[in-house]
Amino acid sequence: MATRAKTLLATTLLACAVLSIFAGKINPYYYDILISIGINIILATSLNLVNGYTGQFSLGHAGFMAVGAYASAWLSLTFGYILGTHSAATTATFLGALTVGGLIAGLAGLAVGIPSLRLRGDYLAIVTLGFNEIIKGVIQNAEPLGAQRGLGGMMQHTNFFWTFTFAALTVYVVLTLVHSTYGSGFLAVRDDEIAAEAMGINTTKYKVLAFVIGAFFAGVAGGLYAHFKQFVHPEGFNFLRSVDIVVMVILGGMGSTIGVCIAAVLLTILPEVLRALAHLPWLPEWLRPIVENRMILYSLLLIILMIARPQGLFSGIGLKRQKT
Amino acid sequence: MADQLLEFAQQLINGLAQGSIYALIALGYTMVFGVLRFINFAHGDVFMLGAFAGLYTAPKLLALFGGGPSLPGATAVLLVAMLICAAIGILIEKLCYRPLRDRPRLTVLITAIGVSLFLENAGQYAFGVDPQSFPEIIVDRAIEIPETWGAISALTITIGQILVVGVTLFLLLVLRFVVLHTRLGMAMRALSFNPVAASLMGVNTDVVISFTFGLGSALAGAAGILTSIQQPSIDPLMGINIGLKAFVAAVLGGIGNIPGAALGGILIGVLEALVVGYINPTYRDALVFAVLILILIVKPSGLLGKTEREKV
Amino acid sequence: MSAPPGPPPPALLRLEGCTMQFGGLKCVSDLSFTIPEGSLTGLIGPNGAGKTTVFNLITGVYRPTAGKISFASKSVVGHRPYRITSRGIARTFQNIRLFGSLSVFDNVRTACNMHLRHGISHALLRGPKFATENAETEATVTELLDIFGLNAVRDEPCRSLPYGDQRRLEIVRALATRPKLLLLDEPAAGMNPTEKIELMNLIRFTKEKFHLAVLLVEHDMKVVMGICERIIVLDYGKKIAEGTPAEVRANPAVIAAYLGKEKP
Repeated sequence: MATRAKTLLATTLLACAVLSIFAGKINPYYYDILISIGINIILATSLNLVNGYTGQFSLGHAGFMAVGAYASAWLSLTFGYILGTHSAATTATFLGALTVGGLIAGLAGLAVGIPSLRLRGDYLAIVTLGFNEIIKGVIQNAEPLGAQRGLGGMMQHTNFFWTFTFAALTVYVVLTLVHSTYGSGFLAVRDDEIAAEAMGINTTKYKVLAFVIGAFFAGVAGGLYAHFKQFVHPEGFNFLRSVDIVVMVILGGMGSTIGVCIAAVLLTILPEVLRALAHLPWLPEWLRPIVENRMILYSLLLIILMIARPQGLFSGIGLKRQKT
Repeated sequence: MADQLLEFAQQLINGLAQGSIYALIALGYTMVFGVLRFINFAHGDVFMLGAFAGLYTAPKLLALFGGGPSLPGATAVLLVAMLICAAIGILIEKLCYRPLRDRPRLTVLITAIGVSLFLENAGQYAFGVDPQSFPEIIVDRAIEIPETWGAISALTITIGQILVVGVTLFLLLVLRFVVLHTRLGMAMRALSFNPVAASLMGVNTDVVISFTFGLGSALAGAAGILTSIQQPSIDPLMGINIGLKAFVAAVLGGIGNIPGAALGGILIGVLEALVVGYINPTYRDALVFAVLILILIVKPSGLLGKTEREKV
Repeated sequence: MSAPPGPPPPALLRLEGCTMQFGGLKCVSDLSFTIPEGSLTGLIGPNGAGKTTVFNLITGVYRPTAGKISFASKSVVGHRPYRITSRGIARTFQNIRLFGSLSVFDNVRTACNMHLRHGISHALLRGPKFATENAETEATVTELLDIFGLNAVRDEPCRSLPYGDQRRLEIVRALATRPKLLLLDEPAAGMNPTEKIELMNLIRFTKEKFHLAVLLVEHDMKVVMGICERIIVLDYGKKIAEGTPAEVRANPAVIAAYLGKEKP
């Protein structure tokens, strides 16, 4: 049974490889959306570990994405050709930059997780938001990172294969962790911290671990993003971006990885659907900007979701008894 | 030496004026947290709506008093904006927060984020994205301090600043009266201590909560008008930054604690003025976050608050 | 009881001069007692006497304002609760604190966490070491559930169990930490007389089978007098009596604390 997870992973990776052959041939607009879906899956799944499975309400995930994006961008800009100019060499440096970017983001997760240990609920959310703003502020004042102008010029290493390989890896890590005895610690912390401590679970370790792992993958997502758009700007990693990711987790049903992935797909496509809708000829003029400015509908969606179905759309999906 | 003292005094005055704005808004955060135990993320945007309410009602109201800036006209604009904001606050509570009365506090927090985003974006749709110019409802200029008062005459104190501090003080006294000497105020305090017991004692929870929201929002509306007197450029996103700082002020003073909110507001205002004056203006936002993180790590209950223990 | 008494069993838990003060209120005042290995002791007293506070002190939820607490001759003051649990003290709670979103099986499984020899990398890579330990954990949990008659419902969400079963589950979960001392906080609360008799048998059985010492906080005197070897009585945070059930029952201070002084 334990090997089932690994077989699934291997199959998925193989599928990624096969599909990537076709992916390169499709319309660039759809390709863009596809890559964004993959990146959002990584972001949503990694945040779900913190928010959904460990019950720590983090509102600053975009901050970790920023750390990974900028770190990997700077590394590949500085050391991109250190192994040579052959595509295999640059791909290797790209992967190295991604990983190091993720690790640095993980360190940021440590820096945020430790001071936040004693905080609950609302307070934790506000502090993580604060850290997000601080990270953004630091980048805005850092000359080597382009400060307010942004950082550009990265090579477009990100493609379908790498995006979805990392997406598969993220899902694998989160799912296998959470469905193991070791990982049941996360769930115990979420359900009842005091009882968890009484049962011998080091709640500090699990909370910090959730933050670090979540931050690592957010950093990887950031690196993938940076090497796709080939330009990053501090405003792209602000509070609104964090809210975006949080909405995916909530919509998907906190604690359901599959639900969160589906939500990530839906919410990535939503703005495009709205954009298409906004151009429908029979739409009244006054409605057009409301539909196009997805934020108005988005915020309404959020409010209605919380009132009508706070457990998310897909929280029913997920195993009653966690088979390892 | 006298120059440095004067400089310091000037910063204090500026800080006091700005801090009064923060205090007014912080009171709304703290009162709502007191009765509902959640952070009303959308409160800063009510402040923004107050400013815009003033923008649209000022021309007609000023016309009632002879057109042009005047004290009675300004008072009318202030009162009308407060009323409008109170109504908006009560409406938001009824539509968006009341259905979630028994839900986990996190659900309400997320809803509040949704409301905030909605107000900001709908505001941009309705009022336009560009900043607009708030009409002059009172002539804001530096007052003339006679030379005979000595060195103090070098300070710049504007009518706007005096108004802000004066109105804030007045409103604080009114609030204190309401909270300590009226039945509704007593009901508010009862609710914040123990909602179950309060309702068992016959307190109509819904009415008191609506009242609390109305009161807090009215104060935020007042802050909106008072700010616009000094800084006439208003835009739909102006509530974000100020709302956040006011929230930090409420936490600093002890969230749920009314005098704490006022104290916190003044402190943040003064701190900000000192940082802008003596260190570096670009750090004013970062400072506020640093203060927030520091309080929450060192003493989450704030200066005047008390720690709540979880029963094991 | 014809065998001559042997040497007294060693002290497993020792409290010396413990005080717990919250602001101006002394919840526990200069409290000292010993729990020998393998004993069954009751901790009783009127409401507000400080009984749960004592549990919280022992398990590290609170840090005593003064005094010493030692377990197996080593101090536990100032340690985090999870470390104290790993030394061999487990507990149940006055208000049931199960892991609400987890199944019956998983609730117990979380308590096996502290005995895992493998770490995160094994959980991820799932090599043979993971598989073996996993099978061991599965076997341990299954056996425990079986002993307490909960194996049939192992996949049910724990919240769907009837109240009495939830209390049993809490005990099973505590046992999964392999304690030497089990603290039970009002285990009979909310039970009918039949369930209480079953509980008494269960506690006796558990103590024998798992070679534990048990410290029990309970209001129901039938339960306490029925199974406890020794009883400690608290009132207003102070120990007012200690002894066998018969001794405590006849103690005037105890009677006064519960019933008030007799009118002359």
